[in-house]
Amino acid sequence: MDAVTHVSGRAYPWGQKNVDTDVIIPAHWLKTITRAGLGRGAFETVRAVPGNVFDDPAYAGSPILIAGDNFGCGSSREHAAWALGDLGIAAVIAPSFSDIFSGNAFKNGIVTVVLPQEAVDRLLEVARTDPITIDLENMTVTTPFQDRFEFALDPFRRQCLMQGLDEIGLTLERDTAIAHYEGKIDAGRPWVNLRAA
Amino acid sequence: MVSRPLTLYEKVWNAHVVERRDDGTCLIYIDRHLVHEVTSPQAFEGLRAAGRKVRRPDLTLAVPDHNLPTTARVDAAGRELPIADPESATQLAALRQNVAEFGVPYIDALAAEQGIVHVVGPEQGFTLPGTTVVCGDSHTSAHGALGALAFGIGTSEVEHVLATQTLLLSQSRTMEVRVDGTLGFGVSPKDVILAIIGRIGASGGSGHVIEYTGDVIRAMSLEGRLTVANMSIEGGARAGMIAPDDTTFAYLKGRPMAPTGADWERAVAWWRSLATDSGAGYDKRVVLAASDIAPGLTWGTSPEDVVAITGVVPSPDSFADPSKQAAAQKSLDYMGLAPGMRMEDVAIQHVFIGSCTNSRIEDLRAAAAVANGRSVADGVRAMVVPGSGLVKRQAEEEGLDRIFTAAGFEWREPGCSMCLAMNPDKVPPGERCASTSNRNFVGRQGPGARTHLVSPAMAAAAAVRGRLADVRELMG
Ligand code: SF4
Repeated sequence: MDAVTHVSGRAYPWGQKNVDTDVIIPAHWLKTITRAGLGRGAFETVRAVPGNVFDDPAYAGSPILIAGDNFGCGSSREHAAWALGDLGIAAVIAPSFSDIFSGNAFKNGIVTVVLPQEAVDRLLEVARTDPITIDLENMTVTTPFQDRFEFALDPFRRQCLMQGLDEIGLTLERDTAIAHYEGKIDAGRPWVNLRAA
Repeated sequence: MVSRPLTLYEKVWNAHVVERRDDGTCLIYIDRHLVHEVTSPQAFEGLRAAGRKVRRPDLTLAVPDHNLPTTARVDAAGRELPIADPESATQLAALRQNVAEFGVPYIDALAAEQGIVHVVGPEQGFTLPGTTVVCGDSHTSAHGALGALAFGIGTSEVEHVLATQTLLLSQSRTMEVRVDGTLGFGVSPKDVILAIIGRIGASGGSGHVIEYTGDVIRAMSLEGRLTVANMSIEGGARAGMIAPDDTTFAYLKGRPMAPTGADWERAVAWWRSLATDSGAGYDKRVVLAASDIAPGLTWGTSPEDVVAITGVVPSPDSFADPSKQAAAQKSLDYMGLAPGMRMEDVAIQHVFIGSCTNSRIEDLRAAAAVANGRSVADGVRAMVVPGSGLVKRQAEEEGLDRIFTAAGFEWREPGCSMCLAMNPDKVPPGERCASTSNRNFVGRQGPGARTHLVSPAMAAAAAVRGRLADVRELMG
């Protein structure tokens, strides 16, 4: 995964509350076999309405999405995170997120920033005209107008994001411990093994 | 030194800790990984992109189920028939290609052993007591019936398990659900789990691993236990477990992937030691009396919306919680029901007997016993979809297929079928189905479809009556 130390640029000033995973990526897109390409299905029903924020040329390609409370509720489908990533979104700012969605976003290198509603309201206003910067080093969101909002992030997740560590890569570094455990299976619970004899 | 008494869950958890981190999360070893075509393609793609391999193909088993049509798979000459839906065909082809590339054991769509992952795992003896079992599918909880710690995972986790055979997890809280007494006439394991979910609610098990205990569970067959554990996730639990006992061992002995000889004896001795110690504490406890459980079904769009077949559609006002009142009203609108209607007066157009909850041989026997010598009511389409090719073959040896077809049921090929609207078997908008599956969510069986969750015998009763019916009137 690419290291993320900051995300800077324009933001979709959406502000919608309770955006569920069906809105992020409708179920019929689940029959795909790749992570890539889901951006085409992202917010399909929202984008069917003319004048929507995602098709506004002012925000095209924005790396940040600003949403309302409870973003990503509903199903556990990881396709929601893939769709956002494919759309070019690297960070979502909202007053709250569904747990499963934040987990899935993190696993795919997308930063979820929780800020109080007043801060989100201010950012929604700024985003209409100006860029925003999310800084993982200082854990702040700033604007060109001296706004500075601090946020919190799980230390493990922050480290993974900033160093571009993927969880699988990290676990693979524990190979000795895993191999040691497998030795214990061979000795204590040999029936677990299904290796051809 | 006397060690603290432990629950079944804690013993299985402790036996799988590879490493404990400072923040309390543990790297947990995964003994068994089931793979199907829907949640695995992106995981294999991730491995390929990173140049990684599958660490333990021998502990992995892949089988297609969700997308497969349940119509004939070969033509008269034995040639494989193409799959009409191009996206389904692509997912199924991707699984075939991925298992070949990564060397993962695979049961093909055309094999006699093919079936729904959660039917195949126990049936093959792949699922064993005291193992950790994962699959990219929430109903993996079913395998807990054998005393395994089994739960569903997301696609990134599927990739993590393929690459490392481990997962980084936090320990769950424990919850005992005890069912005391003896089940009444016509009351099945499905009625038991519906009653449990009706009692604890769809999020009642949230953050917990349930252990099912009590006389009713001990007296229940292994297949019945699979039905119960399968729906743990519908009660919000991470997993559901049942302590392995002689019923479990008798079920497993001789299965193709189960241990044999000295290994078997050693395994059984260890499995017996896993039962919860007397004096062990649970974080939460719920007790139900078997005498309070009647043949039941759901009236709404959440699996907690449970009522006895002799009951009526509840009024939204009858719920204390205002958000539940609103949800109930929405459910009733979607379901096309009004408060006070008798459940037995509700006409149905579809009956689905199948899914990983209720598609094993005992389920088909229970349904066939009701269907025997009767006919499916006019205007009802009823289908029976065995959970695996082996279940299908056994049912045919017992003549169950002829009972069903003589009564006007369709007898189909194994797969997930009408449990979810991902293959051609769907309930049309606005039509109503008595279904032995596990989810009555909005649109689950097709856009606008109305689902009532029932037991196999109740589904068969609904088929012959043309409306939701009390199976006890058609028994014995
Ligand atoms: S039968 Fe239904 S619940 Fe079971 S695995 Fe298939 S789709 Fe999921």
